[in-house]
Amino acid sequence: MSEPSDSPPADPDLDLLRQARAGDLAAFEKLVGRFQGRVYGLAYRMLGESHDAEDVTQQTFLSLVEHLKDFRGESAVAAWVLRIAANHALKLLRKRRGLPTVPLTDPGDPDEGYAEVPHPEVIAPWRDDPGELAERHEARELIDRALAGLDDKYRTVFVLRDIEGFSVKETADLLGLSEANVKVRLLRARLALREKLTRVFGDEAARVFPDHRHP
Amino acid sequence: MTCEELLKALNDYVDDETVLAVCREFAAHLAGCNPCRVVVDNIRSTIRLYKAGEPYPMPPEFQARMRDALRAKWAETFPPAGS
Repeated sequence: MSEPSDSPPADPDLDLLRQARAGDLAAFEKLVGRFQGRVYGLAYRMLGESHDAEDVTQQTFLSLVEHLKDFRGESAVAAWVLRIAANHALKLLRKRRGLPTVPLTDPGDPDEGYAEVPHPEVIAPWRDDPGELAERHEARELIDRALAGLDDKYRTVFVLRDIEGFSVKETADLLGLSEANVKVRLLRARLALREKLTRVFGDEAARVFPDHRHP
Repeated sequence: MTCEELLKALNDYVDDETVLAVCREFAAHLAGCNPCRVVVDNIRSTIRLYKAGEPYPMPPEFQARMRDALRAKWAETFPPAGS
């Protein structure tokens, strides 16, 4: 979500936000129309389920009505809205797990280090271009299932960082984790998804096997 | 750089965040290690795949329900003048 530091482009949503802040319902509804798809998508990916995604989407825009006046312009409007959505999704995830607060960094947690990062097993170039795969209905189900099958703590980091484009620091702040912790979780998420997807989309005939083992 | 070390530096390389020195080492390893090259490629494909994903369609009946809830909230937060 970070804008490049030199001459950031004007935020196309800022005018709508200002009008909404002044009490213009039509402008607010336009903003909702612009963001609802992304908010719903973020929630759906984080929670893996449409009912909860609906709850989070509605909560996000309800709190937006209350907090329109709090927007400080430190980020783009889109990033601000997505952050509110991510917070609501996290709240729901924690409630599901029965945890009152964010699990803080645990020194005994394997996510703190790289020691036991699993080695890739199936290594093969993919048969198809990822852009084409993403458009195929039957592939889409598989892709969604792979993401939904990740542990919450890995899926959350992958969704925020790799799909929604939050920086490592923003993701760490959102989740209440250290940046180092986010990076390890992200690596595990990426490797786990790579493994699952390569088993399906990899070209078996072109599979490669490491011919050397490092100590 | 060993395959193990490459695995640990993978994020920074994929995210282009890494310092040039590590980048050079990384590239040197990849030049001589086809399996690692394929793994890096797979990871880039994985990220692209999820980024390219179509948005999830919001159920229309939910959209209508949410609009009503938002309008009710709006009326509370921005009461019409004179009310």
